[in-house]
Amino acid sequence: MSLSPQGRSAASPATNLPPETQREMLRQMLTIRLFEERASADYRAGKIYGVVHCYIGEEGVAVGVCSALGPQDRIISTHRGHGHCIAKGADLPRMMAELYGRQTGYCKGKGGSMHIADFSIGMLGANGIVAGGIPIVTGAGLAAQMEGKGGVAVSFFGDGASNAGPFHECLNIAASWKLPMVYVCENNLYAAQTAAAATHALPDVAARAAGYGIPGEVVDGNDIFAVHQAAHRAVDRARSGGGPSLIECKTYRWRAHTERKGQPDYREQAEIEAWKGRDPIARLERQLREESALDDAELQSMERQITAAIEAAVAFAEASPFPLPEQATDDVFAA
Amino acid sequence: MRELTYDEAAVEAVAEEMRRDPKIFYLSTDPIPPLLREFGPERIRATPIAESAMTGMGIGAAGCGFRPIVDWRQVTFCFVAMDQIVNQAAKIHYMFGGQARFPLLFRATVCGGGRVAAQHSQSPYSMFMNVAGLKMFLASTPYDIKGLIKTAIRDNNPVISFESSRLLRLKGPVPEEDYTIPLGLADIKREGSDVTVVALAWLVHEALAAAEELAKEGISVEVIDPRSLVPLDAGTIRDSVKKTGRLVIADEAGPTAGFSAEVAAVATEDGATFARLKAPVKRVCALPVPIPYSPVLENHVFPDRKRILAGIREVLREGPAQAA
Repeated sequence: MSLSPQGRSAASPATNLPPETQREMLRQMLTIRLFEERASADYRAGKIYGVVHCYIGEEGVAVGVCSALGPQDRIISTHRGHGHCIAKGADLPRMMAELYGRQTGYCKGKGGSMHIADFSIGMLGANGIVAGGIPIVTGAGLAAQMEGKGGVAVSFFGDGASNAGPFHECLNIAASWKLPMVYVCENNLYAAQTAAAATHALPDVAARAAGYGIPGEVVDGNDIFAVHQAAHRAVDRARSGGGPSLIECKTYRWRAHTERKGQPDYREQAEIEAWKGRDPIARLERQLREESALDDAELQSMERQITAAIEAAVAFAEASPFPLPEQATDDVFAA
Repeated sequence: MRELTYDEAAVEAVAEEMRRDPKIFYLSTDPIPPLLREFGPERIRATPIAESAMTGMGIGAAGCGFRPIVDWRQVTFCFVAMDQIVNQAAKIHYMFGGQARFPLLFRATVCGGGRVAAQHSQSPYSMFMNVAGLKMFLASTPYDIKGLIKTAIRDNNPVISFESSRLLRLKGPVPEEDYTIPLGLADIKREGSDVTVVALAWLVHEALAAAEELAKEGISVEVIDPRSLVPLDAGTIRDSVKKTGRLVIADEAGPTAGFSAEVAAVATEDGATFARLKAPVKRVCALPVPIPYSPVLENHVFPDRKRILAGIREVLREGPAQAA
């Protein structure tokens, strides 16, 4: 499937996912959105430091892909990493505590928004360097191949990373060695402020798969079923020894590159509004209603539960101690 | 005791550890034949010439419970993987709050003298010493390199083995039985009382030759080989300088913000050591230029035993001790 430059997608592919699974997908996407809305507000209130990159608008990619994975599978994320963490099953209180710079955070206050990891669930970390995670997760793919237990590794990265050397080095090596990898390009059309249209020789990143002899597929990243089905095919192929695939999810970030006050955003308002009309969450809601798999009461109850979980995460973060200054010298080296 | 070359001792260390631990595997653009023969292509992997990928893959596999060895061959090739080394390997344990371990050995030859010009004659270890989160060593003998590589493979952190290209064919005694050498422990290669020479790699041997010559004049030179760059054994260096009162540092790298500057700081920022110094610290380093090709030029750029001798004589001439 290919998208027009405006990103207009074909009708969503039919899905035979049970309603429970579909509702869980909705719940995860909503969790990402509400978590980030809270993180953004708390960042602007000065309770979260440094820099926060929001994933709002792109939730269908993380949830669509991670819903095709098992607990033994591993992923790596980018600087825009909250969505991947939540979709892989990370703990909201420990995430929020990390954003708050507290001792109880995932990284004991050493990482912050750009560096959340949970190795126990196969989330090998958000990464502040564009394309920096691709080689690392390809190593996780090699580890999975050597372990021989059918594990798969997924690399999330943006359109910007697809122009960097490590992307090409890793696709080549993964294809040569038939590593159980899925490379997921989240093409949100902008590398920070720079339009992909100005920096990509070809509009579709997925077309580059041909150069490495692996399947490449463009999907509507705002259609969670399309993402899920593409991921499922790629994961099956990887698990069965067929080697890596490249999936390009066309999507869009609703917010500026970062939440920093005064962060420039040169995108046209009309473009932003048009993409808001293709909200992956509203789209799934609509489909679930059409299938009578969700009513107002259920949706409100879901939203209440998520809001309560986020409130609890914030309360946990606020009640948690800051690290002791001298803990700055802990964990430079492992024992 | 049997003798091995520096290169053979390094390979033997890797082979012994690989026999002991099935989680160890080796990534290199050019597999080492005896390792490939013994362990096969699954564990001795030939990679494309893609240092960024192979370095990051080592990091990722380490985080998944393996103990990879990534052989960059020459240090110059690892510069294309600097993001993976500096932003990822060095920081990944700390940045994620210590939640996973990254046992990882990097191997790279350093030094010059091969008439291969600037890009293939480099000693950039101080660039890496400046990055928190990396351990590293530079051995001067077959015995030391074997013991240090075995320790590094068993360490739960990224460790860089810098290996002197000048010493690859150097032979020396290596015991058959298992032994390791801890990181952070200097070796006093020759005891002496008049002047301390801290030297690395090939220059350890040049310093020993200089010491031998000066012994004929009744001058007693202590030669210290730090071996491990990070962690650096400051205690052994300071104890020696406190004893001799004079310090010469010999390094094949340039002087600017280099290993030699670090050793000078180790000696002078410690009050007790500084108080015993009888002369200014002398550094004997490469000239601060890219390494040139022509033998006449290259020989002029690098320090050797003659320059170490001159450096020792200089610190012996200077200072209040001369008047005493």
